[in-house]
Parts: sequence; C-alpha cells; structure tokens
Amino acid sequence: MKALFNYLIFPGFIFSLVIGGMGWWLERKFTARFQYRVGPPWYQTFLDILKLFLKETIIPGGASKILFILSPLLTFSAVLMFNLMLTENYFLDKSFVGDILVMLYLLIIPSLFIILGASSSRNPLALVGASRETKLMLSYEFIFIISLVIIIIKSNGNLMLADILNNQINRGMYLKSASGTIGFILALFYIQAKLGIVPFDAAEAEQEIMSGTAIEYSGPLLGFYRIAKTLLYFSLPLFVIALFGQIAINNPLHKYSAFVIEYVLILLLISVIKNINPRLRIKEILGFFWFFLFPLGILGIILAIKGL
Amino acid sequence: MGIKEKILTKSLWVFHASVGSCNNCDIEILDCLTPRFDVERLGIQLVGSIRHADVILVTGAMNKKALKRFKKVCGQAPKPCFIVAVGICPCSMHMFKGSYSMQSPLDEIMPVDLYIPGCPPRPEAIIAGLAKLINKVNK
Repeated sequence: MKALFNYLIFPGFIFSLVIGGMGWWLERKFTARFQYRVGPPWYQTFLDILKLFLKETIIPGGASKILFILSPLLTFSAVLMFNLMLTENYFLDKSFVGDILVMLYLLIIPSLFIILGASSSRNPLALVGASRETKLMLSYEFIFIISLVIIIIKSNGNLMLADILNNQINRGMYLKSASGTIGFILALFYIQAKLGIVPFDAAEAEQEIMSGTAIEYSGPLLGFYRIAKTLLYFSLPLFVIALFGQIAINNPLHKYSAFVIEYVLILLLISVIKNINPRLRIKEILGFFWFFLFPLGILGIILAIKGL
Repeated sequence: MGIKEKILTKSLWVFHASVGSCNNCDIEILDCLTPRFDVERLGIQLVGSIRHADVILVTGAMNKKALKRFKKVCGQAPKPCFIVAVGICPCSMHMFKGSYSMQSPLDEIMPVDLYIPGCPPRPEAIIAGLAKLINKVNK
C-alpha cells in the first residue's frame, strides 16, 4: 500500500507531474517576461494536457498503426520509470538496484520512440523531424555520457546514485570543483537539447517543418507525449541537481527549499539560453556539440583525473 | 456550461490557414502574439500542425486552387474544431466578389463559427472575436 502511494502520488507520478507542469509554466513565464509579455496563468500546462485528452485521435492512413499508437505510450512509461527511480532515490533515500547507467538507458528510450513514432506516421515532414532527432541524439547523448564519466571519476568509480549523493554530502557538491562545473555546463546543454528548447529545437521546429516529429499526433496520443515532456521538465533538472549540486542539509524542510531554489535557477538558465539564441541548423548543433563541448568535456575529464 | 467546454476554451490552439489573402490579416494575427496584445495569457498558442489545432483561422478570399486544399486541411483537424473567418474577404468576398478565379464566401463552403470583419481587423477586434467564440462555446 505504501509502495503504491509512493509510486502514484508522492514522490511518484502525481507529484512529478505537478512540479514538472509548474516548471514548464515557469519556463514559459520567464520567456514571456523576457519579451515584456504577461505570460500564461500557472495552470496552463495542466489545462493543455487535459484538453488533449478531450480531443479526437486521428490515425493517418497508411501509417503503421501499432507503432504509431505504442510510441507515445512507451515514451511515457520509460519516462515515468526514470522518474520513479530518481525520486525514490532523492526524496525517500531508498537505493534501487539500478545505477546511473540504467537511468541513462531509460533516458535514451523516449528519444528512440519519438523517432520511431514519427517515422511510422508516413508524413515527409515527420521523417525530416525524425532524421534531425537522430542527429541530435548523436550529439547530446554523447555529451551527457562524457558528463557522467566526469561524475564517475569524481566519485571513485561509484555508479549508484545514492553513493554519489552521499559522496557529495560528505565532501561538498561537485559543482564547486572545476571539473564539476564543466560537467554541469555539459549537462545543462543536454537538458536544453533533450527537451527540445529553442537553440536545439530543430527536430520540432514549428515554423519550418510544422512541429516535425509530433506533426501527425493528435488528441490523447499527443497528450501522452506532453505528459512525458512535463515529467522530463521535472526529472532532468532533478537528475542534474542530484549529480552536481547536492547540499549537505539534515533538516528536510531546508533540503526541499534548497531543491526548489536550485530547480528554479536551472530553469532560469535554460530560459536565458532560450531567449538570447535563434534556432540553430542541425549542422551548427552538431558542430557546437562535437567541436566545442566535446573538447571541453575532455578537459573536464583530465581535470577530474587530476582531482580538481 | 460543462467542465469540458471550460477546459477547451482555456487552452485554444490556433492554426492559421491563408487561402489567398493579401497578407494583411496574417500580419494582424501575428500582432496578437506580440507583447502589446499577448494572447498567450489567455492560453492561446499558434501551432504548426493542423493535427494540434482547436481553432482554424481562415484569412483571404477563397480561390479555386485553395478550395480543394482547404477542404483537405479541415478534414485533417481533430474534433472539436472551430472555424473562424478573419477579415472581410472570407466573410463576404469584399471587392473580389464575381472575380473569375474566386469561389463563394467561406460560409457557403463550410459552417463558420465566428466572423471577424475588417480590412484588416485590428488585433483588438481579433481578441474580442476570440472572446465571443469562448462565450459561444461555453453557452
């Protein structure tokens, strides 16, 4: 019973959905304030999801039906599983058998199914989006693995998230060291690209390829994509906070408020990057990740081995 | 007034279909998204794909080539979906009435939920029109 409560309500599905929805709203609100607009009300992201579940789902003729319907559901379930592993570790101090490599695999599944769903819809623009998403994956997952390598070196080869958290509580957060800062920068760009926020939204470009990978999805199926993205808005910043910015605080209330402050700061950084950059072409994105962030990551690994 | 309509009208996603307009109405629609008018505070968003649309904004006088394609686009929209005629051209054909390449006004082709006349309608008029649409759906 208690396990079910933990999975479904706190700190599982409902809690993640609420915080992620507020996070997404905050990002939209920051964007609006950057442009001197008022911005949407706080419940907007939830209403968008609810509305999608009231609408009709159209399956395009000639599409591969099974794959088309399954991809949003599997995306949602993979993201939910990742969320559960992370929140159980972070909020309840439980340690799963899985380690951060399992979490890395679970994070690759959503992108993979977005690509499969888009290619099964038989829409040429969705195919363009899918091919761009593939190239994006080659760039951002690669950078995130380097960021994880820095973490693993700094925690003396420990792969368990609970050990990484304890290590930071004992020795101070990794963000304070030079290599930790470099890893954090890589992870920040990873969040930006994974969520498809502006400089890296080539796969879902609304004006260019009419929302690309999501073009043929409507109604509840699109709603599951939205829920998955909302959950990621919560869990990706949380993952980065857990990996780089864990603060040693015993009082649970202070621990939560520290989490909220760090979460809002990460969202603010994301929306600053979003609002001062135009959409990059896929070639420029690959160039940025491979020829700028990759050497930076190598520098970070060297510094981490030296113990800085 | 049901809860379903209330949810629907609080997050209208707008698809913008130009069927042969002179581009003025299109510019005025984009003006609604600018800081001065900011329709995002009402939950209105411009979407790229017709599959995500709740409202189709039609601008321009319907010409013969666009008619076939517009019907196809409307068939692709998920229900419930509202059709709004923006500008005087889709409302009554304006000065293009009787032209050789033009079809009839929009409401003779398919049911229209709302007319926003004007050449072009001011952003205030478009927002007032959307408010009328919201009231109409809620009733």
